[in-house]
Amino acid sequence: MKLPSHRFREFVIEKLIFLSGIASVLFVALIFIFLLREGVSVLKSTSIGSFLGGHFWYPISSPAKLGILPLILGSLLVTAGAIMIAVPLGIAAAFYIAEVAPKRLRTILKSCVEVLSAIPSVVLGFLGITILVPFLKNVLNLPTGLTAFSGSIMLAFMALPTIITISEDAINAVPREYKDGALALGATHWQTLFRVVIHGALPGIIAAAMLGIGRVFGETMAVMMVTGNAAVIPHSLFEPVRTLTATIAAEMGEAAKGSPHYFALFAVGIVLFVISFAINLTADLLLNRGKKR
Amino acid sequence: MKPEVRREKIAFGVLLAATLLVVIPVAAIIVLIVTKGWSALSWEFLFSMPREGMRAGGIFPAIVGTVYLVFISLAFALPIGVMAAIYLSEYAKDNALTRIINLAIINLAGVSSVVFGLFGLSLFVVFLKFGVSIIAGALTLGIMTLPVIITTTREALRAVPASYREVSFSLGASRWQTVRHAVLPQALSGILTGAILSVGRVAGETAPILFTVAAFYLPNLPRGLSDQAMALPYHLYVITTQIPGIPESYRYGTALVLIGFVLIMNIIATVIRSKTARKR
Repeated sequence: MKLPSHRFREFVIEKLIFLSGIASVLFVALIFIFLLREGVSVLKSTSIGSFLGGHFWYPISSPAKLGILPLILGSLLVTAGAIMIAVPLGIAAAFYIAEVAPKRLRTILKSCVEVLSAIPSVVLGFLGITILVPFLKNVLNLPTGLTAFSGSIMLAFMALPTIITISEDAINAVPREYKDGALALGATHWQTLFRVVIHGALPGIIAAAMLGIGRVFGETMAVMMVTGNAAVIPHSLFEPVRTLTATIAAEMGEAAKGSPHYFALFAVGIVLFVISFAINLTADLLLNRGKKR
Repeated sequence: MKPEVRREKIAFGVLLAATLLVVIPVAAIIVLIVTKGWSALSWEFLFSMPREGMRAGGIFPAIVGTVYLVFISLAFALPIGVMAAIYLSEYAKDNALTRIINLAIINLAGVSSVVFGLFGLSLFVVFLKFGVSIIAGALTLGIMTLPVIITTTREALRAVPASYREVSFSLGASRWQTVRHAVLPQALSGILTGAILSVGRVAGETAPILFTVAAFYLPNLPRGLSDQAMALPYHLYVITTQIPGIPESYRYGTALVLIGFVLIMNIIATVIRSKTARKR
């Protein structure tokens, strides 16, 4: 009777495979539940409105002031700066790598981008603090180099691999006939890229930019190390700011478990989770729409 | 020169300049860390305990801690990730459940690393009472790396030609037999590549281990999975921002060890990938 035990083993394995298949759903749900479990208690000491819209983040004064508006604005400012650098650079580099570079050079450039994506954020933060920050302080003649702008530069570099690789895929996915048609009509290679290929690749490129934004918004270590961490409402790119992520990373170690501060940091986590969820959902819709056409 | 030809030259020049602006700093970063970190590397630096508040001695416990984290998180994430990819590539139908799973994977990949840290703190450290420990951090890192393993494995499985499956089915093999004997062996190197890439990623992550594993200064080796541990990325963070007066070469040396480990993993993955690409 060899068959039944064999069948049974197969049954067990296939059940395990199914369970692993749905594990990701389970983990996303668990993340949300466990953030909510701790974070929702912040409503005992503040309301949703004054949490999201409060101008002051003094978590250890008594009574604690738990307004995360300065942190939200800090994150938005750093992200906006990073995106303004990374999106044009990334798209240009993607076009160069996908369409212009000779084959040999393309391989080298692609592996450079891969290396960039592999560099741990703490290493970039370390270089940021030892080289970029003093450099910007001197060149821009600022009181401190620990500013939102330093953070934007760091984060731009961390978003570039995402933006370049996904844009490049989108460019390569444009049907060959589009290009051939344009070239046959006498357009130059550049006219073909700028007038034809870019339209076919646009949904993918927008998705690439969105995923880049997602990456930047959630980045923690590098941004914490170079932005100066001042939890005040920022007025320019050249002031110290504190982001949502850096607040959690810097303060969770000291927040007493069960204090309003502790709950508030989890609530900041919920805000981050919801934002990244929205960004990734939109990017995914764009990518799928691009594929279906 | 015709105007449109000149315009093309200028445009391609701009694209090249943008590309160089991305690539040159990458090369500069690697060269800088290697040249400045090299002088710090010594037998003592790599294999001894830190002394005098980390201003002297070595980084051995941080290296050991990172190795622990990498292997335990992989032991957790690799089986789940590979089986999840098998499910998605070989079993799943095109239905709502599959849509939801794919969405979950994308979101898992997009969640901020510090949010994983909060999650690990709340689930493993507090709720399951593991305490601040290697196991809590490794599980957190494992969940974080799942999307990488799932997507690379799924790509590897999908690259196996459909004819392999058809032949296996036509010989009377069941679905699992087909996966096990016809599909998996062909996808092995792709799966390996994914695993190695995720090892590199886990080794460099700092935010998820801040509240789940990391010990500021612990001049002895972890004795078990429920111990706290030092880890390379957190150590680099600490000696860069928290402790003044550390010789710069120590920082560059630590950065070099970390980045060296990550890059070696990437090189191995690339070599495996290009070897299989040539075979096909």
